[in-house]
Amino acid sequence: MKLTRLGAIALRQFYLYRGSVPRAIPLFAWVTIDMVLWGFMTKFLSGVAGARYQFVPALLGAVLFWDFMSRVLQGVTTAFFEDVWSRNFLNVFASPISIAEYLGGLLLSSVATSLVGLAVMVIVATLAFGLSFAVYGLLLIPFVLVLFLFGLALGIVGCGIVLRLGPASEWFVWPIPALLAPFAAVYYPLATLPVWMRAIARLLPPSYVFEGMRAVVHGQSFHAQDLAAAFALAIVYLLLAYWFFASVYRYAVRTGLIARYSAETVS
Amino acid sequence: MNRTPVLRVENLVKDYDSVRAVKGISFAVCPKEVVGLLGMNGAGKTTTISMILGVLEPTAGSIHIQGIDLKQHRGRALAHTNFAAVYAPLPGNLTVYENLRVFGLLYGVKDFHARVETLLDQFDLRKFRNTKCGLLSSGEQTRVGLAKAMLNSPYLLLLDEPTASIDPASARDIRQSIRAFAHESEVGVLWTSHNMYEVEEVCDRVMILSQGEIILEGDPRTLPGNYGKPILEELFISVAREPLDWEAMER
Repeated sequence: MKLTRLGAIALRQFYLYRGSVPRAIPLFAWVTIDMVLWGFMTKFLSGVAGARYQFVPALLGAVLFWDFMSRVLQGVTTAFFEDVWSRNFLNVFASPISIAEYLGGLLLSSVATSLVGLAVMVIVATLAFGLSFAVYGLLLIPFVLVLFLFGLALGIVGCGIVLRLGPASEWFVWPIPALLAPFAAVYYPLATLPVWMRAIARLLPPSYVFEGMRAVVHGQSFHAQDLAAAFALAIVYLLLAYWFFASVYRYAVRTGLIARYSAETVS
Repeated sequence: MNRTPVLRVENLVKDYDSVRAVKGISFAVCPKEVVGLLGMNGAGKTTTISMILGVLEPTAGSIHIQGIDLKQHRGRALAHTNFAAVYAPLPGNLTVYENLRVFGLLYGVKDFHARVETLLDQFDLRKFRNTKCGLLSSGEQTRVGLAKAMLNSPYLLLLDEPTASIDPASARDIRQSIRAFAHESEVGVLWTSHNMYEVEEVCDRVMILSQGEIILEGDPRTLPGNYGKPILEELFISVAREPLDWEAMER
């Protein structure tokens, strides 16, 4: 693997963001709006519930981390979509870059863009609504890592879907976080869900993270094996996502999809 | 002259479902040689080029670039290759320099800054250095595509109708640039075009592809006479209209 090729994909994204206000603003605008909306929501709920429930770290913190995971997903897919929108597949895939290097470049782009979103969310949530990250302790690091890995996996799957089904299918990718949110126990404890939904939730690494966050905030016990399970699941999903994308790419090379890729030819 | 081929294609086949688009073609391109790949629309030219670029998997056969098996060592083989095609413009939302920088990194170009300055001059692109490619005329975009194609000083250069969208004066300059590049370096060029005058001017050898098979091959200046035609264009039109007769004549 050559780092310069990963760097090429990330540099392309940097050039695009540097020269485009419409691309740069969404990096922080939507997450800021989300923090403001949920910040006031948690303030209201805290007022209603009193001291019985720590809404700010449990709910606003969860929304922040869920938004971070969504930004990681979008960071990967948006970098990929830039090649779709500019019909650049032939130029990129006829170069010596490998699939691992290409996905590595998308990952690098996503790290940069999602960190911008995370920084803005942390500033707004801390300064405007008093969210303190100290309450999560050192567990904050594995929580963020699990969400990051799972966000990457979802992003790579999204890229595979669009590569296989064509540019119009990007509308299958944007709602992925919204589709998963009810199962991921972001906004409420897992016990709230019916049994069948809980079974699905147990397959999703974020559900372990958000259950763990709530447990830590309320001084309850959080088992290390739950964290290990979340990590293991996230890594398995990442490997499966890589396999999925590589399989779709091989199919695209076998059938000529890469050479003829456009909305008209694929859909 | 070094006659070890930069490109060796052997028994190349491509099937799309039940349709055989390329039917077991074999050919080679040597260093300093410009080879024209001619044929009607749908003859299999772009399919062949796509397979050589590694973006389309052959059903059978092999491709070696600089002696490297493309199937086994895709990255190493493609590091020696580059291409320009009217249907693959560089992203219009990046400037000329930004595009060249990105592709310079992808192709691992050494001494990038010196190389890009040379190419900006060679293709008269200096004044567009910081202009987004999407704002350039089609001819200017073609020149940017060619600059990208020569960025890594490839051993194998694939040009799919490189002068299709540009005016005659610019086309002539580009032909001269590519011809000079081929003769001054060790590059072999595979060139497709529908402009037979251009092919006669530029190519050392032509191959006429019809229905996925190479049915004629030779020097573009002498080949028409060998088949009783005054010029290459007439030979091409005859082959295009009656490909089966020509196949029989060749056999």
